[in-house]
Amino acid sequence: MNNVKKRKDPLVRISKRDVPVWWKSLIIRVVAIALALVVCAGLIVLVSDYNPLEVFKTMIEGNFKTERKIWNLVQNTAILLCISLAVTPAFKMKYWNLGAEGQALIGALSTAAGMIYLGDKLPQPVLIIVMFVMSVVSGMIWAVIPAIFKAKFNTNESLFTLMMNYVATQLVLFCITFWENPKGSNTVGIINMTTEGGWLPALFDQKYLVNILIVTAITVIMYIYLKYSKHGYEISVVGESENTARYIGINVKKVIIRTVLVSGAVCGITGFLLVSGTHHTITADTVGGQGFTAIMVSWLAKFNPFVMAGVSILITFLSRGAGEIATILRLNQSVAEIMTGIILFFIIGSEFFINYKVNFRSGKKEGNK
Amino acid sequence: MITTIALFLKQAIIQGIPLLYGSTGEIITEKSGNLNLGIPGIMYIGGISGIIGGYLYEFSGAELNPVLLVLIPLLSSIIGSVAMSLIYCVLTVTLKANQNVTGLALTTFGVGVGNFFGGSLSSILGEGGTISLIETGKAYKQTLPFAQDLGLFGEVFLSFGFLAYASIIIAILASIFLNKTRKGMNLRAVGENPATADAAGINVTANKYIATCVGGAIAGLGGLYFVMDYVGGAWTNNGFGDRGWLAIALVIFALWRPHTSILGSILFGGLYIVYLYIPGLSRSSQEIFKMLPYVVTILVLIITSVRKKREHQPPQSLGLSYFREER
Repeated sequence: MNNVKKRKDPLVRISKRDVPVWWKSLIIRVVAIALALVVCAGLIVLVSDYNPLEVFKTMIEGNFKTERKIWNLVQNTAILLCISLAVTPAFKMKYWNLGAEGQALIGALSTAAGMIYLGDKLPQPVLIIVMFVMSVVSGMIWAVIPAIFKAKFNTNESLFTLMMNYVATQLVLFCITFWENPKGSNTVGIINMTTEGGWLPALFDQKYLVNILIVTAITVIMYIYLKYSKHGYEISVVGESENTARYIGINVKKVIIRTVLVSGAVCGITGFLLVSGTHHTITADTVGGQGFTAIMVSWLAKFNPFVMAGVSILITFLSRGAGEIATILRLNQSVAEIMTGIILFFIIGSEFFINYKVNFRSGKKEGNK
Repeated sequence: MITTIALFLKQAIIQGIPLLYGSTGEIITEKSGNLNLGIPGIMYIGGISGIIGGYLYEFSGAELNPVLLVLIPLLSSIIGSVAMSLIYCVLTVTLKANQNVTGLALTTFGVGVGNFFGGSLSSILGEGGTISLIETGKAYKQTLPFAQDLGLFGEVFLSFGFLAYASIIIAILASIFLNKTRKGMNLRAVGENPATADAAGINVTANKYIATCVGGAIAGLGGLYFVMDYVGGAWTNNGFGDRGWLAIALVIFALWRPHTSILGSILFGGLYIVYLYIPGLSRSSQEIFKMLPYVVTILVLIITSVRKKREHQPPQSLGLSYFREER
């Protein structure tokens, strides 16, 4: 006993906060993002002789200078938000779906197939509905295969879904060899360039407005689904503790599969929006890694769809701004990825200071609480 | 026929070596309970740090010494990978952040840094053109002097640079370390159940830090092998591709045993390029054949989870942060 008392307290001791105070959390997050931006600017200054203030000015101009740039910002945000919303239900259940990339790609693939094979056979509204359904169903199928094995045999879902991404990529490359236009180019080109068959229509002359409205609707629906529906409740119980869920009579396997189907469906919709509403073509890179970024967006937003919108804007703003800097300074476009990485590190690290309290050793004995 | 098979085997080994480094590194990391999904990023960093180190030396104007040509990129690669692993450790071990999210962020960052410096290193340093480290590449490709005289055997087994043999030695040593030494068993205890290990007096934090950093350094060597030996001292953007993820897949295939991943890596390397060796494949069916490594990994995942053998399971606390005061 004496032995223990003689020992000094450690210099720093950490303890868990009971309930994080919202304004403290906000301050910590803002400070983290500010610090990250300083580091990013420092990095740019280091590899070029650019003035740090100029860095931020360029980033803002790159996003807001023209009306077109603003629309692009909102459009890119919408896509990232859509795929983040897609991973959220499964994620909240602690089902690590790293396969959003592939699920969205498969959705994109079936949308493209619809455009190519049915483009001149069906009237436009019917075609769009058919393509939408195809993308949703294919996204669901791609997502549910790992989920079935997870529910039945507890197969590791994060690696399974990860591998499914590459199978999806190869499937797209396989299809491209049949669809390539012109022959030998190994790209599909803009599909139905003249007829615009299967293209989502422009609303008020804004070609991305439909995308944005659809994603807004999904955001609201997802919020209600997670917060107020019985399904949403079951998801959070399974996420907190499978044993508790079983104890109160939730069929865990059923919930896992159902939730993953929801995730896969929204991923499929993302693919649909990417092909039918944005690019009107398909490549193996159509989703462009956003399936992975989405996982981080969803987690940073603590699964709240509206916070997710904010995080998506931040990430999109940064990567577009970094792209602008790269273009002006003739640097490699990967600057955007580096900046995203740095911002994520800081936000991830800041979570600690929100959830835990750091107590420094003080001279006085506080007594044990 | 024999020659074709032998040459295929040689190519499979070449393709397998980066995967072997990656999976050995990840196994050591995972044995401490850290699921480091940043390994693909770390491998990019390992490659580009080696390139940067080699570039600074080869174009420094000094007389080139073959030993330094090897050592400088090697050390810079290790420094780069360890720095990345430290970011991961600070975030997940000290700050108890979510391992999956941190790992993915690390991969985004690492791939970005790799492609960024690979693409613009020469323009940053005020020289144009792409980087080509011919001398460094040569030093890394140096084979045993008598390898050419041994015919097919020499061609298939002795025609590699030293990093190829090092990968196999490191994998074997890692297996011995994990299974036969006290330190290795302590490490595994940390990965299985950190609370119990802590109670037994094992320093959980130190074990996690060291294992993740050593694992990261080993994985980074895979990137170094790729840029120096395989490519011959140059960087192509995204040239390393998805090999990092395949390395993580190989961990599962090898059931967390480094010595198994030696053969596994050759198999994966073979699957990676088998489409080039099957005659008469159309371009479309080639794309289907390229699915093979991923499909095989999925099958292994399913089979091991169905069989549920205890020694074939991942470390029990894999992916979870440890906080002593949490009960």
